[in-house]
Amino acid sequence: MLRRNVLLGAALGAMLAGLAGPALAQAEIKIGEINSYSALPSFTIPYRNGWQLALEEINAAGGVNGKKLVVISKDDSGKPAEAVTAANELVSSEKVVMLTGTFFSHIGLAVSDFAKQKKIFFLAAEPLSDAVTLEKGNRYTFRLRPSNYMQASMLAEEAAKLPAKRWATVAPNYEYGQSAVAVFKKVLSAKRPDIEWVGEQWPPQGKIDAGPVVQALAATNPEAILNVTFGPDLVKFVREGNTRGLFKNRAVVSFLTGEPEYLDPLKDETPEGWIVTGYPWYDIKTPEHDKFLKAYQAKFNDYPRLGSIVGYGTMKAAAAILAKANATDTEKLIEAAKGLKMPSPLGEIYFRASDQQSTLGAYVGKTAVKDGKGVMVDSVYRDGKDFLPSEEDVAKLRPKD
Amino acid sequence: MSFYVVQFLSGLASAASLFLVASGLSIIFGVTRIVNFAHGAFYMVGAYLAYTLTEQLAGTFGFWAGIVLAALAVAAIGVVVEMVLLRRIYRSPELFQLLATFGLTLMVEDLVVLIWGPDDLLGRRAPGMRGAIDIFGQNLPTYDVFLIVLGPLVLGLLWLLFRRTRWGILVRAATQDRDTVAALGVNQKWLFTSVFALGVFLAALGGALQIPRDAVNHTMDLRIIVDVFVVVVIGGLGSITGAFVAAVLVSELNAFGILVFPKISIVLIFLVMAVVLVVRPWGLFGKPEAPARQMPGLTVRPWRPLSVNERLAFLVLLIAAAALPLFAGNYVLTIGAEIAIFAIFAASLHFMMAVGGLASFGHAAYFGLGSYGVAMLAKFAGLPMVACLLLGPLMGLIGAVVFGWFCVRLSGVYFAMLTLAFAQIVWSIAFQWVEVTGGDNGMLGIWPDAWVATPATFYWLSLTVAALAVGGLRWLTFSPFGYALRAMRDSPLRSESVGIDGKRVQWAAFVVAGTVAALAGAMFVYLKGSVFPDNAGIALSVDALVMVLLGGVETVSGALVGAIVYKALAIWLVSYTELSKLVLGAIIVVMVVAFPKGLVGMWEVLQARYWPGATASGKARRAEVAE
Amino acid sequence: MSASTAPLLAVEGLTKSFGGVHAVRNVSFALTAGEILALIGPNGAGKTTCFNMLNGQITPDAGHIRLEGREITGLAPREVWRRGVGRTFQITATFPTMTVRENVQVVLVSHEGQIFNPWCSTPTFALAEADRLLELVGMGGFAERPCGELAYGDLKRLELAVALANRPKLLLMDEPTAGMAPRERIELMRLTARIAREQKIGVLFTEHDMDVVFEHADRVIVLNRGMLIAEGTPAEVRHDPQVRAIYLGEGLVYDARHREDSAT
Repeated sequence: MLRRNVLLGAALGAMLAGLAGPALAQAEIKIGEINSYSALPSFTIPYRNGWQLALEEINAAGGVNGKKLVVISKDDSGKPAEAVTAANELVSSEKVVMLTGTFFSHIGLAVSDFAKQKKIFFLAAEPLSDAVTLEKGNRYTFRLRPSNYMQASMLAEEAAKLPAKRWATVAPNYEYGQSAVAVFKKVLSAKRPDIEWVGEQWPPQGKIDAGPVVQALAATNPEAILNVTFGPDLVKFVREGNTRGLFKNRAVVSFLTGEPEYLDPLKDETPEGWIVTGYPWYDIKTPEHDKFLKAYQAKFNDYPRLGSIVGYGTMKAAAAILAKANATDTEKLIEAAKGLKMPSPLGEIYFRASDQQSTLGAYVGKTAVKDGKGVMVDSVYRDGKDFLPSEEDVAKLRPKD
Repeated sequence: MSFYVVQFLSGLASAASLFLVASGLSIIFGVTRIVNFAHGAFYMVGAYLAYTLTEQLAGTFGFWAGIVLAALAVAAIGVVVEMVLLRRIYRSPELFQLLATFGLTLMVEDLVVLIWGPDDLLGRRAPGMRGAIDIFGQNLPTYDVFLIVLGPLVLGLLWLLFRRTRWGILVRAATQDRDTVAALGVNQKWLFTSVFALGVFLAALGGALQIPRDAVNHTMDLRIIVDVFVVVVIGGLGSITGAFVAAVLVSELNAFGILVFPKISIVLIFLVMAVVLVVRPWGLFGKPEAPARQMPGLTVRPWRPLSVNERLAFLVLLIAAAALPLFAGNYVLTIGAEIAIFAIFAASLHFMMAVGGLASFGHAAYFGLGSYGVAMLAKFAGLPMVACLLLGPLMGLIGAVVFGWFCVRLSGVYFAMLTLAFAQIVWSIAFQWVEVTGGDNGMLGIWPDAWVATPATFYWLSLTVAALAVGGLRWLTFSPFGYALRAMRDSPLRSESVGIDGKRVQWAAFVVAGTVAALAGAMFVYLKGSVFPDNAGIALSVDALVMVLLGGVETVSGALVGAIVYKALAIWLVSYTELSKLVLGAIIVVMVVAFPKGLVGMWEVLQARYWPGATASGKARRAEVAE
Repeated sequence: MSASTAPLLAVEGLTKSFGGVHAVRNVSFALTAGEILALIGPNGAGKTTCFNMLNGQITPDAGHIRLEGREITGLAPREVWRRGVGRTFQITATFPTMTVRENVQVVLVSHEGQIFNPWCSTPTFALAEADRLLELVGMGGFAERPCGELAYGDLKRLELAVALANRPKLLLMDEPTAGMAPRERIELMRLTARIAREQKIGVLFTEHDMDVVFEHADRVIVLNRGMLIAEGTPAEVRHDPQVRAIYLGEGLVYDARHREDSAT
């Protein structure tokens, strides 16, 4: 019994301590940050490194408007309900001035809805779903990473140049996979009305039974394949596909596969010649990226992933918004963020006022194997501003405030 | 034609990996009756260790030695777990071992990330098996051929082991009747340990053999555990042949199902299980379970309604809880509301489990139905909050009426697994029916009406609903219905012969519990402002089980304490540490060992020992002495 | 045959086989109100099968069971019970997590048809009647005791109270004294006999202890290999050559007292 009381006491004590905290700091600006650190460490830890690096740089340069920027970071265990709990803790008890972060689309949406309800500024970092800025968009939510639609458009542009007419798709069976396929099909079919969609496979996320799926795809005899699977599913799909010869003489277009998070685990089994979006950090030769890369490698003794770029950019964007607003109330932050221009390691970006989406782009290139590792070659940066959904679509899809 | 042959063979290869893991689980369950939730964790550790060993050891021999060594090492870990942890709790209430192995699983998930890092690891291909063989112009990976051969081979070896060795015969005898074997003078302790070791070995071998196909990662355990449970149940608990046939059945249905319905995989295995259990209640090769022996803990200290003093004490506690908004901030109040809502949810499962003896593994289904009920009423019909809260849970009620009718025909683990199957079906509908439910992006923007919009007022509302729900369930527990339910749990034979329609009573309890769970789900929507398929997910069902077991399944209201402690701990740990799973798992394991009857159960034991006057049976005992 | 003149229990041509083994073959007998009838026979004679058909646990392959002239063949146990048949089991079946009194109260609640009445509290339901029944079987001092703590003999007495709670017309007792000490079994059977005679309850019981059988039974029927081979007063049965042969064949004439552990 004693042990339970001690535990409960400790729990209560910690909660109360959390309540007493906010009284002290006046020379600080607090930002609340939420991500799936325990559920998806391989993606979120590079992301955290990124924002920590940015935070260090910001405070070394004197903070924001003379105040030190403080980030309070919470884990959401990969569950939207817990993300809302964390968001609530950050807003109610830590009194943060804005929320940032999230990786999964559904968690991003849950926090975005929370932000709308509590009238707090939310800078979504990584969730890809178009709903974040379109169908379920709200004036409190801005997003940094190029959305599903933007990535699909970048890929479709390349896909349209291929001679292939018979296409098959494979995507994880949930909203992300479904909307990725839908957008890609729509954009590509618009460019190439002659294309025929001959097959589709929808393995459950994380549980692909790769052999039969590969076999079933091959049976539809496509000339090209769109892949949206990622993570362990992608590894299984690639291994089975390689062994069974699925990719032989077939073009493959694949979402996100060029991001180091997804490409690195494939090592020497990386399939060659897939058209992918990604982040070839080893090939980017711009001064702003060099500076970022050097600082990152010096601090963490590791190379950056795409998450690192997003984390870094998110924190820099947060600081830029706060600096421009020169205030911490939500309305001023929203005003400041709309149209805000800022530098990023991938070049200058801005937040479009109509859908509050940043113009951060992505690299499109081809996969290859180099020294036993998967890399992207022939990569070209596609600026996000060229692939944003049209203003008419935004006006049509986004709810009026 | 050749395509179908290769598709069939691919299915067989998938079946082989599933079978290895499932056979281990089946053996362990058959003999020890432990629902080993950690089986997936052993599978995962097998894969990680095999990864490390095969990277170290060179050559063909090194690869295969690495695989076998990894499985043996994990089996050794299994022995330690069995001896240190499980041996202490064999005599605990049914399913308590589930709690211990659940805690272990949580710990392992964080430990592998600490040891092997967060990145997915790509293991080596099996030497000489990188390629494929040509079957009528179709490629079949050589490794698949190896697996196709391995599956039946392991089945044959196990068959020989169980038919031709003394140990195997003892294991089979123990599967049929544990007491007899104990009476034969067999050292049951070592029999259990060796069985557990074999089961774990098979799991780890299954994991190790995945490295040429999969990427080793820290979510492998949860990906496999539910599937193997389902396979074991479809095949019939304790039946190795059944596990094999079920693995083949499920894999082949999947391999061919996706040709017609590319989205079928997500729900197929649960559909198969639901159909099998409805048609054959003990699985394909299972035999009717011998009635569970009365657990020693169940036979003492009958439940009593609260005395006047105890009622007053609860009232004081409730008033104290209601006074929280006077000195706590908004965050604490929101947490308070969340705990109150989970107390409702846990109490509803507790009513089924503790009073009715019906352990559900899929209670989240009704929580989820309640939340989607509310969300749809609010979004599509635009009803105000009170109407939604009153009508939303009806969806849980309807679900419970339909699913319960099938479920109460079964008992024990089969009952539990059918509830799981229905819960997964509900989950996949919520997940897949994007047009209505929004899929995994959920339904957003369902916030409370103005009169309960502040954290304090919503907290009071949650507290009131929780007090009414928990009080109501307690009231039912002591009403004739509660007694009839307990009667059915204690002795179906006697109940039926004193006019109690057991199935009807259990069905009614199922509906009551489902409706109350739906009420919790309905409240939860307004707390979070949104609904996601998670609300009907396995994780939530497991959480509820953990709360009930932690509180004490033999107690009247242990779930209340279990919910408060577990939820508060979980929220606090997630907020304050990154290793929340490791710490929470460790706390659960320690609690299981320290309080083998749950927190409240242990409290009652202590109370009976040190303040015998406080309990009814103590009073009776004193009265006897006085005679 | 009208209900008033029909015997309390009439069994006609009762037959049951399990996978080709004839457990009970064409058994017929009758029992009148207030009569105590013993059903005896060696192990495996079909006594328990016969019992389980009478209270509805097993459906007979053929034959009829009539209670006061009304067909009860194939009814579920709870329906048989509703018509006034109480039952005790060879291995006691009680509710171990309840108190002794609650064990009786549950049955009373069920008898009154109050199971789904939420406004009724079981621990305070029909206290007087529950205590009366417990007094009747000599368990008055044990009302508050957890049933799980009771000694076996007390459990048997509790079962009797439970079986009497619906004021049955017929009591089926499968080896009511198995597992009890000799002094206890005599007490229990005397008690049963007294209650049966006072309340005009018909009793059918199986028993291995011939002392108990011959002291209390008004009539005895003998089963062997599923068939009824003898019927009569204790004295008649005792002298029946066929019966003697069976029991002699088993090497156990009347000293069955020590055999209860190897119950059928």
